[in-house]
Amino acid sequence: MTVQGSTQTDGGIHLRGLTKSFSGPQGPIRAVRGIDLSIAAGETAVLLGPNGAGKSTTIDMMLGLAKTDSGTVSIFGRPPREAVDAGLVGAMLQTGQLIRDLSVRELVAMMAALYPDPMDVDEALGLTGLKDIARQRTQKLSGGQTQRVRFAIAIVCNPELLVLDEPTVAMDVEGRREFWSIMREFASRGKTVLFATHYLEEADANADRAILMAHGRIVADGPTTEIKARVGRRTLRATLPHVDPATLSALPGVASADRHGDAVILSCSDSDQTVRALLAQYPQAKDLEIVGAGLEAAFLELTGEPDIDEPAVVAS
Amino acid sequence: MRGLVYTRFELLRTFRNRRFWFFSLGFPLVFFWLIASPQHNKIIADTGLTYAAYYMVSLAAFGTMMSMISTGARIAGERQVGWTRQLRISPLSVRAYFRAKVLTGYVMALLSLACLYVSGALLGVSLPAGHWLGMTGLIVVGALPFAALGVLVGHLVNTDAVGPLMGGLVSILAFLSGTWFPITSGFLHTFGQFLPSWWLVQARKVALDGQGWDTRGWVTVIAWTVILSAAAAWAYRRDTGRV
Repeated sequence: MTVQGSTQTDGGIHLRGLTKSFSGPQGPIRAVRGIDLSIAAGETAVLLGPNGAGKSTTIDMMLGLAKTDSGTVSIFGRPPREAVDAGLVGAMLQTGQLIRDLSVRELVAMMAALYPDPMDVDEALGLTGLKDIARQRTQKLSGGQTQRVRFAIAIVCNPELLVLDEPTVAMDVEGRREFWSIMREFASRGKTVLFATHYLEEADANADRAILMAHGRIVADGPTTEIKARVGRRTLRATLPHVDPATLSALPGVASADRHGDAVILSCSDSDQTVRALLAQYPQAKDLEIVGAGLEAAFLELTGEPDIDEPAVVAS
Repeated sequence: MRGLVYTRFELLRTFRNRRFWFFSLGFPLVFFWLIASPQHNKIIADTGLTYAAYYMVSLAAFGTMMSMISTGARIAGERQVGWTRQLRISPLSVRAYFRAKVLTGYVMALLSLACLYVSGALLGVSLPAGHWLGMTGLIVVGALPFAALGVLVGHLVNTDAVGPLMGGLVSILAFLSGTWFPITSGFLHTFGQFLPSWWLVQARKVALDGQGWDTRGWVTVIAWTVILSAAAAWAYRRDTGRV
């Protein structure tokens, strides 16, 4: 279930048996508890999971920012440090601001100069839509502009692997839309992309493959559409006495049906279809309520138990 | 090569920073002119030096300390905004990063030194070329412990604390090392000689008789350089170990 894609060892990204613990006030926190993952060159994959699932810790180990407790990381056949030095990896970390007193262009040019085979600075600025503000000082940018400069810094080394850790957290709707269209443009050059998010819609729209993490483990891995169907459930609640749940579960888009007194609770894979069919067949149904399961709940469902040996897992 | 490009941008950033002009350059210059100009040719008792010569070297030492320690403020700032992590996923080595920081500190220190030398010369300080050079050499060496101290401070404290800490530390060290008035005897004299800043200020002895530090001076400066470098390396590892 966890290994998919390229099986060759020199191409693509390979994580083997990764574990990482941090010391916390109540003893060690096992942030990552054994990750095996391969991503083929050219693939766009998303790491999906609630806060504390271990996504950022996994990414930090992948980039060489965190030492692994055990396990190995191979990026196009090289350990992280070597891959970074060769300019194969560009990344946008979860948090981070820019240093001040340089213009946007100067900052991007400075970073480009550190790499062996960088992209043309103007190309990077053009791609990220920064041409118009290239002469502005970095301390005078808005939050969205700052994120785009950080994105430019991530791609100016012309990396083969682009890693984005919750890149759109600080952005508004329009900013997000633009950001992902730039990302897809960059990915279409045959680049490998791995990004982490807890927005299901972003995962669905921008990745071919979703890797679900919870409690430091991979709990599901497959095409985005499949994952979305599994975690994208909604709960429809209605007051509808005297109808057998078994007949309700035959309605289109219903995965399971349950009754609590006068109320019926339908777990739906497609709640829109269910509502239409329900009201057409049972016009007496009232007090309709539709609630998205949310990733958190969906993950609980997928993992079965909240957690096996640690009820509260907190990791950055 | 890469490190040099980084150093160039680091310098550019420093020169665009108003605080640098104020603290490292402006402050020592203003004090020099305030204290030394009214009586620049008068000899200060127990030193054999004129006001102009005494305060020229004292404030050059002060500006040097300030320039070197302010490296800490820049490191603390870059840590705070996560820039250090960004650099750690670039090919810039840790060594090249610190080299850029220390080199920038030195360029600032030398600039401050040059301004004070010119000011001193304008107020009648006249020395043989060898004495100017000897003095500069001692200040360059004497700045080494403060380069390490800057890196240490930059990894120990956050940006809110780094300003007051730097200001307070430099003020106390300057006072104990005879920057503002000569300390020629007593406990302060005995104690002061254990400080690296004491010897930075003592570079002025070259102006008097062409003599540099005695063995004690060299041992003190080297010992502090070693101790503070080790502490800075420890602080760096502690700081980046978390990630």
